[in-house]
Amino acid sequence: MDEPRQPATLSDRAPVIEPGYTFGSVTDKISSIVLTRPTSNGWFLGFGVAFLLTMMMLYAIGYLFVRGVGIWGITIPIGWGFAIVNFVWWIGIGHAGTLISAILLLLRQSWRNSINRFAEAMTLFAVACAGTFPLIHMGRPWLAYWLFPYPNTMNYWPQFRSPLVWDVFAVSTYATISFLFWFIGLVPDLATLRDRSTNRWAQMIYGILALGWRGSARHWHRYETAYLLLAGLATPLVLSVHTVVSFDFAIAIVPGWHTTIFPPYFVAGAIYSGFAMVLMLAIPIRKFYGLEDFITERHLQNSAKVMLATGLIVAYGYGIEAFMGWYSGNRYDAFLLWNRLHGPYAPCYYALLACNIFIPQLLWIRKLRTSPLALFLLSAVILVGMWLERFIIVVVSLHRDFLTSSWGMYYPTRWDWMTFIGTIGLFLAAMFLFVRILPMISIFEMRTLLPEAEVKE
Amino acid sequence: MDARHSRAKTLMEEENKKPHREEVCPGKKDKLDLKAVSAQIAATKGPEYWRSLEELAGTPEFQEMLHREFPKGASEWLDAVSRRGFLKLMGASLAMAGMTACTKQPMEPIVPYVRQPEEVIPGRPLFFASAFTLSGYATPIMVESHLYRPTKIEGNDQHPASLGGTDVFTQASLLEMYDPDRSQTITYLGDVRTWGGFLDAIRGPLNAQKAVQGAGIRILTRTVSSPALADQLRSVLKLYPQAKWHVYEPVNRENVLEGAKLAFGQPVETLYKLENADVIVSLDADFLCAGFPGNTRYIRDFAKRRNPDAGNMSRLYVVESTPSSTGVKADHRLPLRAIDVEVFARDLQRHWEAKGDVIALTGPGSDAAWAYKHEYMEMVSSVAKDLKAHSGSSIIIVGDHQPPVVHALAHAINQALGNVGKTVFYTDPVDANPINQTESIKDLVAEMRAGKVDMLFIIGGNPAYDAPVDLGFADALKTTNIPMRVHLGLYQDETAELCQWHLNEAHYLESWGDIRAYDGTVSIVQPLIAPLYSGKSAYELTAFLAGQAEASGHEVVQGYWKKQHPGADFDAFWRKSLHDGWIAGTTFTPKSINPKTANFPPSTASDAKSIEINFRRDPSVYDGCFSNNGWLQELPKPMSKMTWDNPVFIGPAMAARMGLKTEDLVTLELNGKKVTAPIWIQAGHPDNSITVFLGYGRRRAGRAGTGAGFDMYPLRSSATPWFTTGVNIAKAGGTYKLATTQGYQTMDTPVGARPQVRTASVDEYRKEPEFAKDEEPPKELTLYKPYPYEKEAYVWGMAIDLDACVGCNNCIVACQAENNIPVVGKEQVVIGRHMHWLRVDTYYQGDRDNPKAYFQPVPCQQCENAPCEVVCPVGATVHSTEGLNDMVYNRCVGTRYCSNNCPYKVRRFNFLLFQDWETPQYKMMRNPDVTVRSRGVMEKCTYCVQRITQHRIDSEREDRKIQDSELQTACQQSCPANAIVFGNINDPNSQVSKLKGVPRNYGLLADLNTRPRTTYLAEIRNPNSELQS
Repeated sequence: MDEPRQPATLSDRAPVIEPGYTFGSVTDKISSIVLTRPTSNGWFLGFGVAFLLTMMMLYAIGYLFVRGVGIWGITIPIGWGFAIVNFVWWIGIGHAGTLISAILLLLRQSWRNSINRFAEAMTLFAVACAGTFPLIHMGRPWLAYWLFPYPNTMNYWPQFRSPLVWDVFAVSTYATISFLFWFIGLVPDLATLRDRSTNRWAQMIYGILALGWRGSARHWHRYETAYLLLAGLATPLVLSVHTVVSFDFAIAIVPGWHTTIFPPYFVAGAIYSGFAMVLMLAIPIRKFYGLEDFITERHLQNSAKVMLATGLIVAYGYGIEAFMGWYSGNRYDAFLLWNRLHGPYAPCYYALLACNIFIPQLLWIRKLRTSPLALFLLSAVILVGMWLERFIIVVVSLHRDFLTSSWGMYYPTRWDWMTFIGTIGLFLAAMFLFVRILPMISIFEMRTLLPEAEVKE
Repeated sequence: MDARHSRAKTLMEEENKKPHREEVCPGKKDKLDLKAVSAQIAATKGPEYWRSLEELAGTPEFQEMLHREFPKGASEWLDAVSRRGFLKLMGASLAMAGMTACTKQPMEPIVPYVRQPEEVIPGRPLFFASAFTLSGYATPIMVESHLYRPTKIEGNDQHPASLGGTDVFTQASLLEMYDPDRSQTITYLGDVRTWGGFLDAIRGPLNAQKAVQGAGIRILTRTVSSPALADQLRSVLKLYPQAKWHVYEPVNRENVLEGAKLAFGQPVETLYKLENADVIVSLDADFLCAGFPGNTRYIRDFAKRRNPDAGNMSRLYVVESTPSSTGVKADHRLPLRAIDVEVFARDLQRHWEAKGDVIALTGPGSDAAWAYKHEYMEMVSSVAKDLKAHSGSSIIIVGDHQPPVVHALAHAINQALGNVGKTVFYTDPVDANPINQTESIKDLVAEMRAGKVDMLFIIGGNPAYDAPVDLGFADALKTTNIPMRVHLGLYQDETAELCQWHLNEAHYLESWGDIRAYDGTVSIVQPLIAPLYSGKSAYELTAFLAGQAEASGHEVVQGYWKKQHPGADFDAFWRKSLHDGWIAGTTFTPKSINPKTANFPPSTASDAKSIEINFRRDPSVYDGCFSNNGWLQELPKPMSKMTWDNPVFIGPAMAARMGLKTEDLVTLELNGKKVTAPIWIQAGHPDNSITVFLGYGRRRAGRAGTGAGFDMYPLRSSATPWFTTGVNIAKAGGTYKLATTQGYQTMDTPVGARPQVRTASVDEYRKEPEFAKDEEPPKELTLYKPYPYEKEAYVWGMAIDLDACVGCNNCIVACQAENNIPVVGKEQVVIGRHMHWLRVDTYYQGDRDNPKAYFQPVPCQQCENAPCEVVCPVGATVHSTEGLNDMVYNRCVGTRYCSNNCPYKVRRFNFLLFQDWETPQYKMMRNPDVTVRSRGVMEKCTYCVQRITQHRIDSEREDRKIQDSELQTACQQSCPANAIVFGNINDPNSQVSKLKGVPRNYGLLADLNTRPRTTYLAEIRNPNSELQS
């Protein structure tokens, strides 16, 4: 067997796929998770817990619909609490998937092939979790459709100056494109599963989903074109969606929100948290399913480097915010800085600095970059940090704004926590289902990484 | 039968083959339904069609169809009722029929007006003059009535005691009338009785009393200033010469009357003309607060003299024991323990008499380390000097709770200054029975215990809860076995519980009466609605006692005034009095009397070491009689912004010394009685002294009042009802959550002060009139097209004069009543979800032991560049052509983005279903012109857009413009200080335009380019240059 492709210039770099695989063995290995290997008890346990958390979320949301948003800790002046924090956090997490699948595709970063599938799935589920919150945080959620422009007899039309309306378009577009991109990418693999499954039902379902894929050259040609086009469409979304989300804040006049640095800072933060989530998923998955050969040290390293880079952008954002607090000479911005450092939520701010800036600097150490356990822990820290960042932005900015008489405090209630943890359950439950019934690594794209795939002149 | 018919028959047969309901019912086959007929008609062809109907009409089937009520397809109840079913139905019907027989259903003719009542236009309110009573003093009012339901109370702008203003209790008394927890029936030992039953029950005992000249009859009332009721009570006493009339009210003015007796030998009422005063010295008198007789008028007069743009400002010195809104408005304030105020008064008198020479000031107590010694000395000498310089145009006012001798001293000083007849006037007392109330109830309890009382009538009041603790009134009531104890009251309260008979009292909005205002003017109280629960008034009860069997309140009151005004023109006199809201010629004429002496023996010796405790009426629930009033319970108290509770006020220095924090529980011990309550560190409270507020800790108040706060009456004895020393404070351990609406009460932040309230001394203002102006961003600095207003007839705006505002909170309650604002309860206030559209911010500045303080009412600022409007995704808050930020409740989906983006935080959100949609009484109370908001909807001040619309309609019909004076917002109308001015800023001659042109006018947060339409006139103080250092 030939040696797998090795970059000649950087010979010390870990391979994208470990040597010794053929087209057949790659296909076997990935499809067997879905088709032949017995479902482990671990899977049932994990899915069971996630499913219970999902049920808890549904209970919390059900109670919310019965009683109203007053069951949460929000109040005047803190009109947005956990719901918006979680929304921004989940949307941000989703970004890594799109970045990996679209931008890295366009940049011909072939190492992405082994992680793009589940990163995209992660995007989809994260967007689903995110999308829940703007809906349920409304005082009258049954009127949510009023945010869409549609012809009606009420002489009603959305107010397009509001960033919330932009949000509706940004997020719904994002969800649609992400789904299409993910599904189109799945088609050749679905056909593989169709062909390999022995169960009649599986054959039928995979067959329907495979859209009649036969792997002809024409199919491949069409597929490549469509995939590339969708990648082109998704690429601006990576930047635009979180930019629009950041407008929710940047357009407002609240000190701590009203700042022009928000769009790039939000996008960087989104990718930061997104890669952290990719690692948090990839590390256990490769461990439990024995996919260390496909998701190699190289992937972990690359993701860690992306996190390091975006983390520094985020740190720059914090720095600029603090600098402007002092430099602007604006009494409200100056107080905002003071309040972050000394106010009642100061521990959150210090935790944020630690989680998002100081602790991730450990990624400079190569040894840690290649240690799955260290990366897993660091990713968890970053995810907590990014959640805290949104908490600081939303809650700490609102709780003490312009008039001192109207300052207040925000204390999340158990319903806030149940909803938040519940969405994590929903996300995990969806991920568990995904790894069980769909190929979590793109089979055909993995095959292109093999030496066999190299076109011989 | 021809072919057509047979065809039809086949169709029908087919139809009948399907299982039909009728088949259950035997003998009802072969019916014709619409479907069959139309099928039949459709089946016929050609010209025959036109005959077919006639032919069909002849058939028995068609005839049957005509007689059937419903076509065959419609669902019908055609089941044959089985025997068992029939018996079941009949049984149930009989049972149900029996239930309806319990009460005789009243006749309810529901015909439309055959003859429209004069002046009643559905949808348009009527206004009736009446009067609200608090502790015997009337607040003249105009009540708005929508189809005979009172919905809003306004001040009577023609009456000198109101001039259009009201106070919080008056505003909130509307809710009291509709309170579903009010006592709704007459009860005897808890069982429901009728008025007739009650009369039957007391007739015998009353007759028995006739034999002993009523020696066993005792009547206990609250302060009575009603001429007719006093007359009634006197005629009862005439009928039963041995009977006695006792008076008790926990917040009474006996010190004032005793002080007058001390000075003049007779009880007199003291009236002040604040508009003529250049220097006002308050010795612990909170004369700008609801509950002080005449406060509404005093606020107006005081505010008039506080306008630096309209001439000479008056100067206010306040020496006070409990921080109050009067102290906030002071140019110079000295915190002093209540017990030391007498020393201050004596020092003042002595200093004044020394004709400028330095004399030995004693200072309060003997504690040389007293922190305010220097300030005290300076205050005495400057006040004395200032008073001397303004002889004849100064006033010394003494608080009701100060001992009689301080009142007497003040009378002497006022006399010596030549103020009497210029700024200070004496009249007969308003109280019809000006006796010492503490002595009165003491006598009553003694007689109860001695077994001399056979019949006790408690007319109003709740002595079982609020009588002095050492008398043990409740205990006496419980244990002395008085054969007949009758309680007339609005609630089944603590006293009702201990009486055999409880009579549900008619509210003042439901009954006839008459009452004197602080100046003696009598107002007729006229009912706005028939008693909701057939309550009886005190007039009706006393009428029966006086032997006028079953006289109505109307007969009693009118009868009394007929005696006072005999003559043929009585009808005109009566109608005019009702219409105007007062009876002409009843105002007391000032007396010219002189104090007998200027030397009075000292009353109390100050003990600087021991801690003083002050008992004060609560600014919201008064003495406890408004405990169950949600509007008042949730009304943030002027100084602490506290709702639903009465923590112990303690000064910052003392709290620091004792290691106490706000919300810590402490145990107060006085004379062996203990009360555990949380503390509130109140800036400006004198050291070594605490203040507790009465009226809380009720056991039987109702759903709002029961259990709220802490009962302080157990510490209050008859000997020292207002203050005493020797209280012991100990940390009880633990904390208690308090619900304040403003957690942060200063404009100072760690990175500099925020100019929310702008203030200057009058000299600084004269030097630099534009001091309050901010650098505002240029008007064109916005992305959006500006609204063109040039062509509009009206562009609304508001100006609030911070100088005039005395923080009385009246605007908040007025707004709540006008705009159907819900009460949310303590738990929600703790979270921060109170719903007031208008709030009054209180800011403290400087030394926490004696800070400067400011009030700032904040309604929606109706910004021109409104941050809320651009962020609403559904266009639920939009700019009107007249410049308002309209709120479209129906459209709101509740994202709360507008509130986040509102820099003034004036938007309020219905986080839960805060509004009571169920209670029928509240449905009657609500303003029909204002939407009742539901859950999930944002709401806020709209400048009372319903009033604007009403006036626009009226003016358009009359083809004219809205006059500047005719349109008032609810807050503006109720404001006793005239601090709030609303109007058309497109009209350069409107009052609001003129105010906005004043140099001290500024926009709050105008640097944000919001361009608020509500602007503020900066607060100008008039300090004494001598004391300024």
